[in-house]
Amino acid sequence: MNLEDTIAAISTPLGEGGIGIVRISGRDSIKIAAKIFKSPTHKDITKQKSHTIHYGKVIDPENNKVIDEVLLMMMRAPRTYTREDIVEINCHGGIVPLKKVLETVLKNGARLAEPGEFTKRAFLNGRIDLSQAEAVIDLIRSKTEVGLDIGLNQLQGSLSGEIKELDRELLEVIASIEASIDFPEHDIEHITVEKVREKVERVLDKINELLETADTGKILKEGLKTIIVGKPNVGKSSLLNALLREQRAIVTDVPGTTRDIIEEYINIKGIPLKIIDTAGIRETEDMVEKIGVERTKELFRQADLLLIVLDASDRFTEEDELLTKLVNDKKAIVLINKTDLPQRLDEDVVRKTFSNKKIIKISVKENIGLDRLKEEIAEMFFKGKIESRDLTIITNLRHKEALRNAKESLEKAMETIELGMPLDCIAIDVTGARNRLGEITGDTVSEDVLDQIFTQFCIGK
Amino acid sequence: MVYHAGCYDVAVIGAGHAGCEAALASARMGLKTVAFTINMDNIAMMPCNPAVGGPAKGHLVREVDALGGQIGINTDKTFIQMRMLNTGKGPAVHALRAQCDKKHYQKEMKLTLEIQENLDVKQAEVVEILVEGEKVAGVVTKTGAVFMCRAVVVTTGVYLKGRIIIGEVNYSGGPNGMFPANELSKSLIDLGFKLGRFKTGTPARVDRRSIDFSKMKEQPGNIKIIPFSFTSEHIEREQVSCWLTYTTEETHKIIQDNLHRSPLYTGNIEGIGPRYCPSIETKVVRFKDKPSHQVFIEPEGRDTNEMYVQGLSTSLPEDVQIKMYRSVPGMERVEIMRPGYAIEYDYVIPTQLKANLETKSIKGLFMAGQINGTSGYEEAAAQGIIAGINAALYIKDQEPLILDRSQAYIGVLIDDLITKGTDEPYRMLTSRAEYRLLLRQDNADLRLTEIGYKLGLISPERYKKFEKKRKMIEEEIRRLMEIKITPSKENQEILKKLGTSPLKTPVALFELLKRPELEYENLEELDPERLLLPEDVVEQVKIQIKYHGYIKRQMEQAKQYKKMEKKKIPENINYDEIRGLRNEAREKLKEIRPTSIGQASRISGVNPADISILIIYLEQIKRKNKEREENGE
Repeated sequence: MNLEDTIAAISTPLGEGGIGIVRISGRDSIKIAAKIFKSPTHKDITKQKSHTIHYGKVIDPENNKVIDEVLLMMMRAPRTYTREDIVEINCHGGIVPLKKVLETVLKNGARLAEPGEFTKRAFLNGRIDLSQAEAVIDLIRSKTEVGLDIGLNQLQGSLSGEIKELDRELLEVIASIEASIDFPEHDIEHITVEKVREKVERVLDKINELLETADTGKILKEGLKTIIVGKPNVGKSSLLNALLREQRAIVTDVPGTTRDIIEEYINIKGIPLKIIDTAGIRETEDMVEKIGVERTKELFRQADLLLIVLDASDRFTEEDELLTKLVNDKKAIVLINKTDLPQRLDEDVVRKTFSNKKIIKISVKENIGLDRLKEEIAEMFFKGKIESRDLTIITNLRHKEALRNAKESLEKAMETIELGMPLDCIAIDVTGARNRLGEITGDTVSEDVLDQIFTQFCIGK
Repeated sequence: MVYHAGCYDVAVIGAGHAGCEAALASARMGLKTVAFTINMDNIAMMPCNPAVGGPAKGHLVREVDALGGQIGINTDKTFIQMRMLNTGKGPAVHALRAQCDKKHYQKEMKLTLEIQENLDVKQAEVVEILVEGEKVAGVVTKTGAVFMCRAVVVTTGVYLKGRIIIGEVNYSGGPNGMFPANELSKSLIDLGFKLGRFKTGTPARVDRRSIDFSKMKEQPGNIKIIPFSFTSEHIEREQVSCWLTYTTEETHKIIQDNLHRSPLYTGNIEGIGPRYCPSIETKVVRFKDKPSHQVFIEPEGRDTNEMYVQGLSTSLPEDVQIKMYRSVPGMERVEIMRPGYAIEYDYVIPTQLKANLETKSIKGLFMAGQINGTSGYEEAAAQGIIAGINAALYIKDQEPLILDRSQAYIGVLIDDLITKGTDEPYRMLTSRAEYRLLLRQDNADLRLTEIGYKLGLISPERYKKFEKKRKMIEEEIRRLMEIKITPSKENQEILKKLGTSPLKTPVALFELLKRPELEYENLEELDPERLLLPEDVVEQVKIQIKYHGYIKRQMEQAKQYKKMEKKKIPENINYDEIRGLRNEAREKLKEIRPTSIGQASRISGVNPADISILIIYLEQIKRKNKEREENGE
């Protein structure tokens, strides 16, 4: 809610084309930009005129690594969108560097903008006309709703799960400290500084681990999770290869020759797709039979998009039928492959079975229909038919930002411990760390502490 | 038969710990005040144990004292044991705890009220509050006396529709054998207030002669007595000890065997009790694995044999109480003098109050203490003084006194009550305060004396003394910042002797003192020009230096907090008019009617997007009003 700090966000829709803009607004935006921007002529950004464009590179000041080649636009208040100092960084390297640039900005003093926050500031600073206030409200509301939705979904995801777990551990530490402070006369197990150190260290290690894995790409590479499904030898691997345009999987006409677990990242019209080829199940065995209906459902449930492949040269079999039941409510595209061969598949049956799905006839071998497939994916994505992943990426960024801030707080707590300061000083930063994690988990920090105290300890006169 | 009995500015209903502070504050601010009590002999009664203070509660006492209240002074006059708790855990949570002489405490407070100028104390049960229009107009007593007044402070404690429960027995009654107040609840309901029902309880009192102290551990007071009140000079007093023993397996078995007779489990008690004050039966049930629980035997006074049994609060039937108590080592032959009991009572849902403790719906009607859903003498006193002050300010037509969360525990207490309400009797805890390094018990005077003085509650002499202390602290800190210690040979020798690392460059004494291993007292050798300062000044200097970094950070946070508190929401805001608020948020905002954006953001069910929308709406209103002005409307 702070209106005085400096905020940043990716201000272009993700996914389309290679260019994206990171926008920074607020008092420190130029100072932050100067820290991470290197021009070939060693220009000092802070000394440049307003409304100028500069060519250069964004580097991570921690290790001087180049992140992306960029154009930097510098605009001083008040002639800007928010009436604050604004820096816009035009990145060229696609989604991964774009996100990395934003992260670097955040690490160097900006805070991730709330949904609609640039516009909110524009309004509050008098840049936007009174008549548009309602529109500003709508913007904040709608963006938050979608964001919240995805945020909640993310809470079931792994990173948020881990954050919740860390938060729980810190909660125990705090509850122990607070119980000891608030109920000194009770014969509860009074926590020692040594114990606090041990626990804080453990959480700190876990946070570091999480931040590292997040950096090495697990989250970075996250795209639309796509699964190609279909009965054996229907051409799933061929389709994957065609999309990948490289021969990674071994493809033959003999059913069951896909030996490796295939998980690939491809980029379709700028949208990152993470493709899983039936989770590495050997094709001689029927997937559903092998891993069971429940697990298949579970696997499908995790997917953002299913590509259902049918064989035009074969009848609509029981196996095909079974799949339809499992994919019923999923976002899916039905592909009738092998249209280059004589047709035995009854298209009416297909249409009836997949009445609510888009059906595209393709031949991977003859390269027919693949462009239509790509267009369809792009359309579904941009029309929001597929869960919009740019928000997911932002959610992940939020998680990382929270983790990073929590880490800072815990490091301060460790310093306090090393200095030999008493429990109540240590508690300040441990609580601070929880507050930051709470921004993700949405828990109200102070109330749970009391709940925890009364659950954990027998207290009362 | 109704008769006109007199006119006052302020009428205080109840003379417990809230009522006494309210009445004294109002009278001391020059308002003609009357305080009503159901029984003159029970003014400032402590129906539970006669202990004052402890973590957060002790902080409240010091804050009330700094504002010019009575609880600290009265405790200092009447304590029979004093201890400082939490001494190893950091300056912000040091906590004074006193054991008082129950009757002496009452006698002293009663006398204080009786001799207070502008204050009349009357024994009467108020049964109705009179309202004219939307303003309070007077009160009516059970005997028909009508007192006209401009403000009323309701401090009825646990008396409203009080019901006593002991095992299978229950009857209408107040605490400690008193009469309940059965009629005022109806008057409050008629005035439109929503009431809730809470429960609390107390253990039995036992005969000192029937206890074998040789089987218990003695808990003496601190040798060095630190008083509560900033006005108290050095106190020397003989102290009495408390005694510690433990429940046994036998105790727990007796409880388990008789649970079916406990009103908590038969459903005979409806009110919600405090989690931090569970009865022994609740503890035994909830923490089955704990083999024993602490029991403190505390004297109720110097000239009585009654002893309080802390840890064995119970509402089990009387015969079970006797059996259970006798299973505790040292209590094998114990005689119960007063049985333990549970009490249920009506309280007013506190979100119906404003930050000055005035009700939102009726002007001049204030509430303080347990009626607002709190528990504890200290919490009551804290609200009492604020309600009394604000009743007086209301009549004087002056700005209300509202302490915020970064100023005082009192501010945290009241803000919590009016913003979040409470699901159980509310007790102050240090963990409820966000800025507790600022809200220390040692600096309550530095935080609040000025305010008390401006209100007229602190005498000019006391204020002058306080000013002198404040100046000495400032000057000493400045001096320590200016004195540079050079890395000379002698200095390095001294440092080495003190077990700290040598200097590389000259450094201010102030900086040197931040080292955890160095204490102000030990650095005299490096600081020959040092003046001999009073103990409380040295204490402040030490704390302010040692915790400088932490205090500074909390001040930074507090500054952010204050900014949001300053963004005011107009009183006449129409939440139905704001598009885009979620329904839950809209309903909550309509119910609580926060006065600032900061307060709004603390309401559960109002999320950051709702706050954004609220901010934009307020900006819209502001601009519209400006446009109107410019158009000369």
